[in-house]
Amino acid sequence: MTMNGRETVLDAIRGALSGVPGSESPDATPLSHGRRVDHAGPDVVGMFADRAAEYRATVVRVPPADVAEAVGRALARTGARSLVVPPGFPEGLVPEGPWSRLADVPPLSIGQLDEADAVITTVATAIAVTGTVTLDHGPGQGRRVLTLLPDQHICVVRADQIAPDVPEALRLLDPYRPLTLVSGPSATSDIELDRVEGVHGPRTLDIVVVVDA
Amino acid sequence: MSGADNVVWLGTPAFPEAARTALADPQLRANLRRATGTIRDRRLAVAAELEDWEELRERAATIKHHTLRHLDHHLLRLEKAVTAAGGVVHWAADAAEANRIVTRLVEATGESEVVKVKSMATQEIGLNEALADAGIRAYETDLAELIVQLGGDRPSHILVPAIHRNRFEIREIFQREMGEWGAPAPEGLTAEPRDLAEAARLHLRERFLRAKVAVSGANFATADTGTVVVVESEGNGRMCLTLPETLITVMGIEKVLPSFADLDVFLQLLPRSSTGERMNPYTSLWTGVTEGDGPRNFHLVLLDNGRTATLADEVGRQALACIRCSACLNVCPVYERTGGHAYGSVYPGPIGAVLTPQLVGVEHAASLPFASTLCGACYDACPVKINIPEVLVHLRAEAVEAERRDRLFPTPEALVMKALGAVLGSPRRLAAVQRLAAGASRLVARDGRIGALPGPFARWSATRDTPAPARESLRAWWRRTRTPTSEDIRTKAEGK
Repeated sequence: MTMNGRETVLDAIRGALSGVPGSESPDATPLSHGRRVDHAGPDVVGMFADRAAEYRATVVRVPPADVAEAVGRALARTGARSLVVPPGFPEGLVPEGPWSRLADVPPLSIGQLDEADAVITTVATAIAVTGTVTLDHGPGQGRRVLTLLPDQHICVVRADQIAPDVPEALRLLDPYRPLTLVSGPSATSDIELDRVEGVHGPRTLDIVVVVDA
Repeated sequence: MSGADNVVWLGTPAFPEAARTALADPQLRANLRRATGTIRDRRLAVAAELEDWEELRERAATIKHHTLRHLDHHLLRLEKAVTAAGGVVHWAADAAEANRIVTRLVEATGESEVVKVKSMATQEIGLNEALADAGIRAYETDLAELIVQLGGDRPSHILVPAIHRNRFEIREIFQREMGEWGAPAPEGLTAEPRDLAEAARLHLRERFLRAKVAVSGANFATADTGTVVVVESEGNGRMCLTLPETLITVMGIEKVLPSFADLDVFLQLLPRSSTGERMNPYTSLWTGVTEGDGPRNFHLVLLDNGRTATLADEVGRQALACIRCSACLNVCPVYERTGGHAYGSVYPGPIGAVLTPQLVGVEHAASLPFASTLCGACYDACPVKINIPEVLVHLRAEAVEAERRDRLFPTPEALVMKALGAVLGSPRRLAAVQRLAAGASRLVARDGRIGALPGPFARWSATRDTPAPARESLRAWWRRTRTPTSEDIRTKAEGK
């Protein structure tokens, strides 16, 4: 047999689809986009804060001048001793306090990150209806592993970054970057199909929403 | 055709027999009732929040069906995009070929351990067993998969493979088995779900940190960008997709979507339908490899394994639209009572009853299309509107046809049906049989009910009473009491 898996599979697909008329265009998806229903309502920021909190994220809303202080309070609450600050994170938003600062330059080892208590990041966008923050791991957010191993993740979200719903947020994202959608701290429904928070990912998620004073 | 893989578990009894065993297990039934009840309420609540839920379902179904009609085209686009982004695409016609490809890829890294993200495709092909044969140990990292693996068990649900275990059983499995596989369970472990989740975290932490190779499935892959999507909750997925140097993703060919923009519909429908959340905690999307972030090598294995045979059936094809949310399992009155093991397949429940027979050939899973009451709850719950009852009926006909083909003599059932066809085909014969039945049934009926009967009727009558036929058929009664004139009929029709 000289056919490889690729040709075998493609031939089988074409055989199975022999009833599809050749005139039918594969790309023109006959979609009824129809009316788009607004699931978010007028208070997009309020809905984002409520929905994120429902999934056990700790959400605070502060004016721009108070961001560093709010971040400091979140760190003090968990007693964090070390804080990862990704390259490109705005210097003015990093609070002073009894924690050591870890820059990812040169890249931190897996062991160093596993021992770090907290990480602070900006976000690419957020989604009000689902209470989601979205990371594209660009400047201010860092490599994916930075927001995975430390047990507390603090994100700073500008109010104007919050998209009403999933479709709007997806349009803002660059598919060629690695993307992570985060909705609350890690959780599982695997025991009796009931949700409990806190498995492998960060067990504490703090969201600082920056609103105009 | 199957043999090595897990689509059907060889040696398991047919559904009716397996169901009888399951029904006799009160612990299993209590576990299932509790779990499915919890998730049903939650799903209904979050689906009702979106007033355009029906429109979303319709759009999802349209995208899936259109994609399937041009599957070769979209897979080639996907291959091109993944390759351009630095990934390597492999094609596997069946389970054996997919297992060979993955084994070879792991061997090329020189590693003898892999960490795994929960994946139906790798369950289906029996990848863990194939890797074990090559001396490679696969560690499941999803909590429910871990419970199944540690317990030497089989999965019984698409989303929560350990749904048949309650918290006390899980604690016992952790205490007994974790030490055999790695870090033992903590001293004094309670059965609180929070503590059990913590135990899993501690058990797997080291494993994640030193892993060099990961194997995952995929929920979606978008053909225009080459982006692969994994939807999860615990962060075990992120660990596997981020920490290792090599990532191997095994994906059924039906998972491809034409464009990145199509994800908007599915990311609204899937979490609400599966765990009853507005959004699951973590969704990871990646396109090939990214310099300095995550795995340096990415392999995508595209798996057929019976999918093209399913695609060839114009009625059954719709089963390939499945996004593995498991809403149909959670609402099914049959699944709730028997659990997943009775279906004898990695794909249990209503979707399993239509998918499994098509993947392996209906003659290898002939009892599954009958493992349903045809109540239609699954169709209502399905986020991509798979008409499961329609496919079930279609496959029942195929199962009967396959049975007939293989037999020298017709089955007693076929003879009865043939006789019934003759009777129902003629008003005169029907009237004669009705008169006969009314007379005969009076001999065996008590208080208007027919109870247990001997001989060929025993299997039907052992578990149910049948009302005795009326002394007179409707047609006979009508003829006796009404002889409507054409005037009568006109008066009725005009509502006078």
